[in-house]
Formats: sequence, structure tokens, C-alpha cells
Amino acid sequence: MKNSGSNENSLLRIENASISFGGVKAVRDVSFEVQKGAIQALIGPNGAGKTTLFNLITGVFPLDSGHIYFQGQDAAKRKNFQRVSMGIARTFQNVELFTGMTVLENVMVGQHVRTKTGFLGAIARLPKSRREEAEIREKAMHWLKFVGLDHAADSRAGDLAFGWQRSVEIARALASEPQLLLLDEPAAGLNANETGQLGDLMRQIRDLGVTLLLVEHDMSLTMEISDRIVVLDQGAKLSEGAPREVQADEKVIAAYLGT
Amino acid sequence: MNENWFDAMKQSWKKGLAFFVFAGVIFFAGLFLDNYFYQQQLTFIGIFTLLAVGLNMLMGYAGQISLGHAAFYGIGAYTTGALTVHLGWSPWASLPCALAASGIIAYIVGKPTLKLSGYYLGMGTLGFGMIMHVLFREWGSITGGPNGLVGIPSLSLWGIDLSTGRNYLWVVWGCVLITFFICDRLVNSRVGRALRAIHFSEQAASAVGVDTAKAKLQVFVFSAIIAALAGFLYAHLVMFISPGSFNFLVSVKLVAMVVIGGMASIWGALLGSTLLTMLPEWLHAFSDYEMVIYGGILMGVMIFLPQGLTRGVLDIYEKFRIERKQPAKD
Amino acid sequence: MMQELLQYLFGGITNGAIYAVIALGFSTLYSATDLINFAQGEFVMLGALLLVTLWLNLGLPLPLAFVLVVLAVGLAGIIFERLAIRTVSKPDPIVLVIITVGASIFLRGLGMVGWGRDPLAIPSFFKLDSIEIAGAYLLPQSLFIVITVTILVAALTFFYKKTLTGKAMSACAINKKAASLLGIGTERMTLMAFALATGLGAVAGVMIAPITMATYDMGSMLGLKGFCAAMLGGLGSLWGALIGGLLLGIAEALGVGFVSSGLKDAIAFLLLLLILYIRPTGILGAKSSHRF
Repeated sequence: MKNSGSNENSLLRIENASISFGGVKAVRDVSFEVQKGAIQALIGPNGAGKTTLFNLITGVFPLDSGHIYFQGQDAAKRKNFQRVSMGIARTFQNVELFTGMTVLENVMVGQHVRTKTGFLGAIARLPKSRREEAEIREKAMHWLKFVGLDHAADSRAGDLAFGWQRSVEIARALASEPQLLLLDEPAAGLNANETGQLGDLMRQIRDLGVTLLLVEHDMSLTMEISDRIVVLDQGAKLSEGAPREVQADEKVIAAYLGT
Repeated sequence: MNENWFDAMKQSWKKGLAFFVFAGVIFFAGLFLDNYFYQQQLTFIGIFTLLAVGLNMLMGYAGQISLGHAAFYGIGAYTTGALTVHLGWSPWASLPCALAASGIIAYIVGKPTLKLSGYYLGMGTLGFGMIMHVLFREWGSITGGPNGLVGIPSLSLWGIDLSTGRNYLWVVWGCVLITFFICDRLVNSRVGRALRAIHFSEQAASAVGVDTAKAKLQVFVFSAIIAALAGFLYAHLVMFISPGSFNFLVSVKLVAMVVIGGMASIWGALLGSTLLTMLPEWLHAFSDYEMVIYGGILMGVMIFLPQGLTRGVLDIYEKFRIERKQPAKD
Repeated sequence: MMQELLQYLFGGITNGAIYAVIALGFSTLYSATDLINFAQGEFVMLGALLLVTLWLNLGLPLPLAFVLVVLAVGLAGIIFERLAIRTVSKPDPIVLVIITVGASIFLRGLGMVGWGRDPLAIPSFFKLDSIEIAGAYLLPQSLFIVITVTILVAALTFFYKKTLTGKAMSACAINKKAASLLGIGTERMTLMAFALATGLGAVAGVMIAPITMATYDMGSMLGLKGFCAAMLGGLGSLWGALIGGLLLGIAEALGVGFVSSGLKDAIAFLLLLLILYIRPTGILGAKSSHRF
């Protein structure tokens, strides 16, 4: 185990993560930790590398250098779909649903890594697979109820209003029973009322024991909900701390005001 | 929850009825259809339905195009042809070999090819189809070359001659029925959902933990095996195979069947293959215009009803019904 | 042996130059619209067949017939774009692949209905004897083809780098939305790219007709090989198209000469699959999928 010296409570540890695209360093030497049970935010001006960092954590891109440890295990060696079974789930900035499938089916796909029925199993449809299928359905309904969308289970996901689509995406991510949920700008495109509900939902998710890491532009929501904030600017870490500390940090103020 | 359960039961009951009726129609069609020509025609429709259903799993559900599917059809036909003609094997011994050969080649070819997407996947599969066609034509000692392979035996089982029009019709459509059944189960399962998920967003599918490369490869191999089964049935039906039956135009015809019937619809494949097999009969002196019509149909359907005929017509009907339900809202 | 090799090389370079012209068509269209037209080869066929009609049947002078053929096929390309590409309600790659494949079958059918099934012979453009070089013979037509292709590549390079329209077309390829914000009519650019690409196809068809004869089904193979050449050289790169075309032509000629003539068609596709797997950006292609 390489996780010597790390805190027992650390769920995700990023060490000196770097990646560049065509000579542009999108993420430079970023290190931070996410504690179990926390709601942590990743903020920074546009182009700071927040979404890229998400993509590194979930394995969309490989690291150029550095390490990512999840629960003490080296996550960087795993492919993106394997990281889901490790317990990392995510949502996308622009909401990526399976638009032609029903809302329920979307959440059912979310349980992919927690279920087993394979190609032959699906054809044979033995009692074991039937049971699993029923469980998948039941759990999917459970998660839809959790985000308040059980009434829309049979609608086509693409037909839903944008705010609801976002909730479906969160339900789908939760269905993979993650330890860590990465939310990429969950409040973008939501009105004030919906944003308030989102805040409640995130607290409920945390109360389930799921750790949250979010990228968010809505500062009032971020400051209110987060236990800890990491500030990125131009691919590098600028500051880190409790919301108050970050708000008072002059470097952060300077970066945001563009001076 | 209870209501859901009830709906699910009603659904599966309906589906069971559909299969039952379908099986009945096939049985009686075989029983009462005495004209050899029509029996043969119906048998061909069955073979193309098999091909279309298999390709539909790949194209319609997983969203991966193949412009070289006739190659797998040919591999199935030539494997059984070569084994029975050159080595004198029984067709029943060559059947598993034909299916395995196709599946293995699909695995080897699919592994690098399915990493491609869109146009590149189209070109890659097309190139594979072309290479196989050249191989069928040039590897004379095995395939009989451009003149084809003659003397493929007909099928018989436990002393029953299956080569009569009626019996072969039942054999082929029995295979279709089983394949429908299998595909239907696949589609409505964890595996099928993952495949459809890939179709709508490969990025999101891998973000929820689907091993997209593996899933695509599996369905590619699956559809190749079904195509090989169709090739096997074809070879033992006509007892003579030549490269022309497995060229690019056939691959395009298969794509057309899937597209016309409607992607992501098992029954649509039946419609598509029926229409495209019957079309030459319906249109007199069709042969000269065959390509013009195929091409026109492909373009027209894709431009106006990209969901295919079944979906497209259903959508229009649905719209019409909703409009009637809520008369003059504004 | 040396003489034989040279003879194969000459044949290969001639065919390769034809592939290069077709590849130019693919690249032009791809750089302006990100689209790959599976019917490109059928426009080559149309070019060859129309030449038969205009030059041989109607007796127009060759240069005039050449120009008219290219214009007519370019017009056909414009009609194709208007009727079958712009009208698409759901422009996914899979839909566009099927539409252009449909168009290729449709045009092939038209070619057969219009000109019949039999190959039509076309005399060489030049009443000159073959040139003898070290025991191998070079057809004047081949020389003509190679020279024309080089001129075409140079002219297109000039067009893209130096003229306003050319620059606008490249801009569309990089970012359609941004280009239209800058006031570039992307629709018009798409139309022009189609006309240019199909016109290039016609040029290829006219030039190859005296060597291979003209038939309704000549296009699909040529189109696919042109695509293969474009991929080899790097899709979207003009000089890449030339290099890719020549490489493919020479590889084929050597394969035919030293292995088996039946394998000719397989060589292109083996190369294509290889390039798709190993280096999808081609020899001269940039690392990213765009040229710039």
C-alpha cells in the first residue's frame, strides 16, 4: 500500500496531478484530499481546469503525472468504468442522459456495476436473473422517489424539463451506490427555487453517507453548503480551506476580479 | 408498485401472445402454402429476417454501423460449404464450425474496428467486407472461386428430408422465432439496456460503469453468429454459393432492411426484410431499377423517417391521436 | 526484372494519381463540412459516362466536353446536397453514412439505366505513341494525369491559403458557429464544397476513362480507394491526398505484379484497416482531427 502517512478519513487523495493538451497545461501539480462524509467544492474562474480534474478523477483522460488514490487504492491504474465499481460516480455539466430511454431505464443502467447478469444470463433468464431484474427495477424506483421523480418513471428521459433531467442524472449516479459523487455544475440552468431544492438534495445525499465533490459557479450555494473549498486558477491550486477562509483569501479575490 | 407489477404482467402476456400468433402464422403458412415458389420466397424472407435482426442488434440497439455484414453471412455459408463439399462432413457437424468461425473472426476484426466510430467505423467495416469478398472470389481451392461452390448437400434430420419447400420453411422460420425470442430477452435485460445506453451516449455509458468496448464487441460477435446461421441455412437451401451473394450490395441491402423496418425494433427487421425481398416481385422488370429503388428508399427513409417505417408511422399516428384528443387547444 | 519493376511503377503512379484526385474530393468536402460522402466514387463514374455522351456521342471538342462534364457533375453535387443532405432532420454520422451509401447505390442504378451494363471504350486523348523509358512504356495519358493532379493540388493549396473564399471554407470546418457569427455563409460554403468535391470526382472520371473504360459500376471501387488514399495521406490534407494516392497506386501495382492480380482490391482495404487502427490521422494529418 502506498497510502502511508495519509489520514484515515481521507476518501480521495490527489497528488501532483498534471495533464496537458497540445502543450497547454490544463491541470498543473494539483494536490488535495476529500474527507469521508464531506461536501467539498471545486471553484475557480472559467478555464481553471475544474472539469478536466473531474475527468482525471473519473478516468476519462489518463494522468500525465501524479497520483490519484481512492480509499487508499491507486485509482489511476483503473479504466473509467472500473472506477465506477470502486465507488466513484459523476454527473455531467451538460447533462448526459440516455435520451431515448425511459427515466426508469436510465436509473436502471446506473446499477450496471452492482449487478451481474451477462449476455448468456440475459438469454437464459434463470430465476437468479429474474430476481436481479426485479431488484434493479425496485431500486431504480427507490432512487427516483429519492429525487422526487417516481411519477415520471415511464417518460422518455429526453422529454423531461431540464431541471428534472438533472435530477434523473443524479439518481442514475446514486444507483451505482457510490462512495464519492462528483457533481459538475449541478445548479447551472436551474432557477432559484430549484437551486434551493438542489441544496437540500445534496444534504440528503451526504446523510446517506455519500461524499460529495462539486464544481459550482453559484457562489451562494457553494458557500452555504460546502464544508471545504478548493480554488483552482489556470490549472493550478490557488487556495484551499473552509468557505470563510477562502472568501477572505486575497489571491482568490484577485483571481475572480481578474487583476 | 402493484400497478407496475400488473402492467408488467400485461406487457409480458401481450408479448407472449404476439410470439404465439407469429408461430401459428408460420405453422399454417407452411401447412397451406402449396406453391413451391411462394414457399421458397417465404424461406428467403426468413433468412433475410435473421440477418436483419442480428444486424439490428448491432445498429439499432448499440448504434454501431456495419457496412460489411454480408461477410459474416458469407463466412457461415462458405464454412459449411467447404466442410461438407471438400471434407464430406455432415451439415450438422459443420454448423457449429460455421458459427464459431464467424464469431471468432468477428472477435478478431471487431476488437480494433469497434474502437472507431461514425464514418470511420463505416469505412472500416466496409473494408473488411471487401476483403472477405475478395477472399471468397480468389481462394479458389476452398471457395470454388468466382464460379462458386457446387454440390452442397441438403439438410435432413432423423431420416426426415428437410429440403422440401414446406419443411425448410419451418426450419428457417423456427430459427427466426428462436432468434426473436433471444433478442427480445437480450434487449430487455441489463445487457440490452447497457447497449442502448451506448447508442445514446457512449460517454455517459462508461461513466455509469459500462465497459463499452466489451459490450460492443459482444453484440458484434452475436450479430456475426446470427449472420453465419443465416449463411448456413442459405447454403443448404440453394446448395450452390458464389461470391456475388455476399458482396457490398448485399451488405447495403441488409442495412436497408434494418433502416426501413426501423432501427431498434425486432419486428421492424421482419417488415424490412419482407418488403425488400418482395419488392422485386411486386415491381415488374424491376431488375434494371433495383439499385435506383434501393438507393432511393434508403435516402428517403433516412431523410424523412430516420426512425424507420414502423416507428415513423407510429409517431405520426400518435401525433394524430393526441391532436384528436385535445381538439383546438389554441 | 528492372524493366518489369519500372513498368509496374508507371502503372501504379497513373492509378495512384487518379486515386489522388478522388482523395482530393474527399478531403475538400471533409475539411469544409466534416462529412464523408460514400457516394464520391459515383460522381467519378458520372464524369466518365458523361464524357462518353458529350465527346463521343455528341461529338463536342474534347476540351469543351471536359469542362462541361465537370460543371454538370458539380451541379449534380449541388443538387445532391440540396435534396439529400440539407433536408436531413437528424444529422448523425450514422444517418449521413446511410444516406450517402443510398445515394451511391441510386446513382449507380441511374448509370446503369442511362448507359447500360456494358463497359464503354473511350479512345486516348492523345494520338501519340507511348514513351519508352529504360525498356518500359509510359502512356501519354498517364503523363497527362500526373501533371493534371499536381496542378490541381497546387491550385487548391493556393485557393485555401490565399483566397478569401478558401479561407472562409477552412474557417467553417474549424468552427461552424463561430464562422457564421463572423458573417461567413456556412450553407453556401457547404454547397461550394460539395460542388468542388464532386467536380474533382468528375475530373478523375474523365481522366481514367480512356485507361479503364467507363461503366456504371466503376465508381464504388474507385471511391473507396480514393477514400483509402485520403486516409493514408491524412484526411483533409491536400498534399497528403497526393502522397496517399501515389503510395496506394504503387502498392497495388507491385502487389498485382509480384503476388496476384486477384489481390489488387484487397490491398487497398488492408492498408485502410491498418491506417485506421494505427494512425487514423494519416501520414500528413495533424495530431488532432482538424487540419489546423
